[in-house]
This record gives sequence, C-alpha cells and structure tokens, in this order.
Amino acid sequence: MFEKIEDIEKLENAANKIRQDVIRMLLAAGSGHSAGPLGMADVFTALYFNVMNHDPEDPLWEDRDRLFLSCGHIVPVRYATMIHAGYISRSELKTLRKLGSDLQGHPERVRIPALESTSGPLGSGLAQAAGYAYAARMDKKRFRVFCVTSDGEHNAGNHWEAVLFAGKNKLSNLTAFIDRNNIQIDGYTEQIMPLEPLEDKYKAFNWHVLHIDGHNIGEIIDSVNHARAVYEKPTVIICHTTPGKGVDFMENDPEWHGKPPDPDQAKEALHQLRTLGGKIKGEHE
Amino acid sequence: MLNKKAHLVGDMFERGQVSEPTRNGYGNGLVAAGERDERVVALCADLTDSTRTSYFKEKFPERFVEIGVAEQLLNTVAAGMAAYGKIPFTASYAAFSPGRTWEQIRTTVALNDVPVKIAGCHAGISVGPDGATHQALEDIATMRTIPNMTVIYPCDAVEGKKATLEAAFNGKPTYLRFAREATPVMTTQKTPFKIGEAVTMWEQKDPQVAIIASGPLVYEALVAARKLSESKIGAIVLNMHTIKPLDGQALVRAAKTAGAVVSVEEHQITGGLGGAVAEHLSRTFPVPQEYVGMPDSFGESGEPDELLEKYGMKAKDIVNAAKMAIQRKSSNGFG
Repeated sequence: MFEKIEDIEKLENAANKIRQDVIRMLLAAGSGHSAGPLGMADVFTALYFNVMNHDPEDPLWEDRDRLFLSCGHIVPVRYATMIHAGYISRSELKTLRKLGSDLQGHPERVRIPALESTSGPLGSGLAQAAGYAYAARMDKKRFRVFCVTSDGEHNAGNHWEAVLFAGKNKLSNLTAFIDRNNIQIDGYTEQIMPLEPLEDKYKAFNWHVLHIDGHNIGEIIDSVNHARAVYEKPTVIICHTTPGKGVDFMENDPEWHGKPPDPDQAKEALHQLRTLGGKIKGEHE
Repeated sequence: MLNKKAHLVGDMFERGQVSEPTRNGYGNGLVAAGERDERVVALCADLTDSTRTSYFKEKFPERFVEIGVAEQLLNTVAAGMAAYGKIPFTASYAAFSPGRTWEQIRTTVALNDVPVKIAGCHAGISVGPDGATHQALEDIATMRTIPNMTVIYPCDAVEGKKATLEAAFNGKPTYLRFAREATPVMTTQKTPFKIGEAVTMWEQKDPQVAIIASGPLVYEALVAARKLSESKIGAIVLNMHTIKPLDGQALVRAAKTAGAVVSVEEHQITGGLGGAVAEHLSRTFPVPQEYVGMPDSFGESGEPDELLEKYGMKAKDIVNAAKMAIQRKSSNGFG
C-alpha cells in the first residue's frame, strides 16, 4: 500500500508541484480548463497522499478506496496528481488531449482503469459512485467511495436523483466533495441557477454536511476522518475553493473556467507558483 | 414451410394461439440468471410489476434495488454497480429507458464498457391505449448507433427468457426490447438461440423474397409467408432477434437466395432493423428492399390490433410489401 504523507507542509509542497504540472499540461495541450484543476489541487493532493488507501503498484487492488471524478473537465489535476503518485509516467504529461494519448480531454476508465469511471457530461458521477457504494455494501466491503463534484453540475437533475438515492439508502461509505468555487462557464453560480442554501438542501435529503476551506489540507484530512465516523448517512464536504488558486490573474474569474494559458501566461503562472506569489525569492523547480 | 431445424411450435397456425407477453420472458430469464449467478442484480424505476422485475424481487429481495421514477439514475447507479463487478439489469418502459437516458447510457454504460443490461419494456405501438407518449418507436435506432452496445429484440416469451439469460453472461452493455401485449409463442425450448445468430423460421425452394423480422411481428411475417405460399410465391423468414451485432452472413445468404427483402419491425422504418439491414446489404449485396414498420409518424391511443392495422404492420401489409419488392426486381432493380 502507498505510504501516506502526514506532514502538512510536505503535502502543501506537493500540491504546489501538482499545480505547476497542471499549467505545463494545459500549455502543451493548447485547450482545456484552468480554474477548476488549480482550485482542486489541494483536495486531490490530500486524497492521494494522505486520505485514500490505494496502491499505484497495484492500481486495481481490491480493497482500494475508490475515487470518482464527476466533473470530468478538471481531470488535468487528477492526471497531475496520479503522475506524482506513480500511476502515470511523467513522460505522458505533455500528451494531454493529444491523439493516441491515454490522457483524454475528459477521463476514460477503459484507458486508465484506476480512474474508476468515465466522465465529462455533468451530473452523472455521484449516481455511479452511489451505485458502486451500494454494491460494495452488499458484499460487506470496507473500502470507501469518494466522489468529487463541481458546484455547477448541481444544476443537473441526475445529480439530485443520486443525492436522493444515497440519502434513502444511508450510504455512509460514500463521501462527496463539492468544489464550491462559485463559477461555471456562463458566469457565477448564484446568477446562473442559484444553489444556496446548499447545505440545507443536502440536509433535507438526509445527508451529513461539512464545510471546509478547500485549500487547507489539514481541514480536508480532518473532514474526511469526521465523515468516516458518520455511520447513518452519506457525508458531503462542501469545499470552499478559489478557482484558479495560486495564479492571481486566474483566480475568481469565470473567463478562466474553460481556457488554457498561452506561453506568456504559463510562464507567469509558473513563476507565481514557484515563488508562492512572491513570498520566496529563489525560484526552484 | 416452417423450418424443422428451428423446432418451432408445429401447429401454431391451426390451434388456438398460445400467447404470452415477451416481458414475461424477461422476468423468467432474470430469475434464471439470478439463480445461476449471485452477481446478478435487478433495478427498476417504479414499474416493478409491469416490467416483471417483480419475479426477481420476490425471489431475491436483497438483490433488488428500487430506484423510483428516475430513469437517468436507474442506468447510472447500474453503471456504478457494474463497474464494481455486479451484473445489473435495469427495467422501465422503453419510452423512458432508454428514452430519457440516452447520454447516461452512452457515457456511463457504453463508453465505460460495463455490462449493464437495459430492458426496455412496453416497446412498440402495441402498448396501445396509453398513446404516443408511451409507444417507444425509436429505441432500436438510438441504442444500435452506440459503440459497444448489443441490441436484442426477442420474438416471443420463450425467446425472451433465453435472450435475458444469455445477455446476463455476455459481458457487454446490452439493450433488450420487450413488449406489453400477449403475443403468439412460436419457439420452443429446443429452438436454437445464440446472440448474433439469426434463426431461419420459414424456408421454401426457390424463394422470391426474404422477410427479415424482429420481435413479436415475426409471427405476422410467418402468416404472410404462408399467404404468399398460397399464391405460389416462395419466401424465407429470418428471425433477426439480434439487431446488433447483425447476422450479416445469414442476411446476405437470404438476400442472395431470394433477391429481394422486406424488413418487419414495430419501430420507425428509419434507423431500426430496416436501417441495419439496408446498411449491410448496400455494402455487400444490394437488392430491392421494402420496409414494414412505423412510417415516420407518432402513434396514438387505440387497441394494439387496431393500431397495427392502421399503421400497416399486419400480415397483409407484409404480403403487399413482399410483392412490391419482388416486382422491383424485374424493373431496373430499384425502379
């Protein structure tokens, strides 16, 4: 099994490296989404390097925790994290979205089985994760099923059908994360189709609800541990995140939802990440 | 004449017809699959009795999952269960599943390549009085264009059971199409069934037309062949129970022997069995083809037989189509 990193600072450094790789991948790809992957780098780092039981040497290990990514468009952050964890060769990093690559623009399970599922069309990931968790419980399996969702995909009926289903069936082995970054392609979520009060909605559907700072790795880890102790309900962790986190000109701007950086922007983004926004002088790879 | 090797009900025309809905075959097949393998689970969208999922629910309550009126959830939950390692069957009316949930089936079942078995019940116009909203007539088209998908349309309740049981273990995303009405039972336990292998139900020396049929209308095709025989016109009737993968060999053999084909299905004439037949023959052995099916139209309320009559899917319509196809052979072939 993969050795977990307990040191928060080390995890933060890993998240920073993953953000840099996201920028490199998107630059090479020439298309794709920037804001979401950067915003969720801390959650993915915490999941792969601390929270989940898994083994890159044995990607389909029967007792691994399962991670479903419902909002497939942020997959560059998952690929980058999986490169760091050893699932994917670093040489593939610049093949994102290129002909013949396993790193498809949106994730495909058939190409990389450890992705657990195929996603891109929004609103269907939680239902698959819930079906998986239901089946695992039938067989008394002990692993946990995680599902990362976006706030924008909460517009979709299929998602709320799954929220109903998981609540009804008390799927306590299922933990969902919401990337609550308040943006979607056409603008701010509360203008497009207001989601608030989001917490009350989930509570009304019989879920346990937690709020965290999605960039605080300690909080991410603690929240998952908290969810493990909730036996009667599925838990949703609302991760308040900054879209484009770590690159100032990308942060909080819906414009950056669905486009990649150009070479100059990528250079500036990497500079900001390496220096932690100017906090450190030396710029190391 | 009825093909002896098909071991059909020999006196099906003479005695009072034994009729049973093909959906009963689904229920019975599901139970048989469940008995054979513990991985088999059944999901249903609030239509447990009418889809006959109830047979399975009674026997294996712990392996039955009630989904409620949510067809998108039905197939996405099943996709997750299949990714885990279960063999999930999902059932609703075909107008709703696959009708309402095409993209989920495409992405989470077919692109994921997980073995979810989608049973579309109450398919075709013969669902009757419920009217156009409930008469799924486009589902073969929407399912067969999805890569990785197998599409099966059993002709009677006996074949329905065999198809369901075999689909459980084919390891592939599969669409099974069933009907509500009791329709004649033509096949027996001995009738061969293998996914992807058409069954020759009727054959004669020097046939002039091959009738390619799927689903309960195979019976109308047999009645039509019998009528044609009375007018000294020889025919072949192929039961094309698997529309994808299509049995191209059997189809081409029939087209070569007869020189003209008629496709018969309770589905739009665009995109269904007729489309699959035309696509295959146009590349391999083009012959005149006529289509018996829904003429690019919505249905309406009415008794099943009245509707089949009104929209031209009875034996006499097949006879007329056969004569038309034969006639076209002697003009310029496609005139």
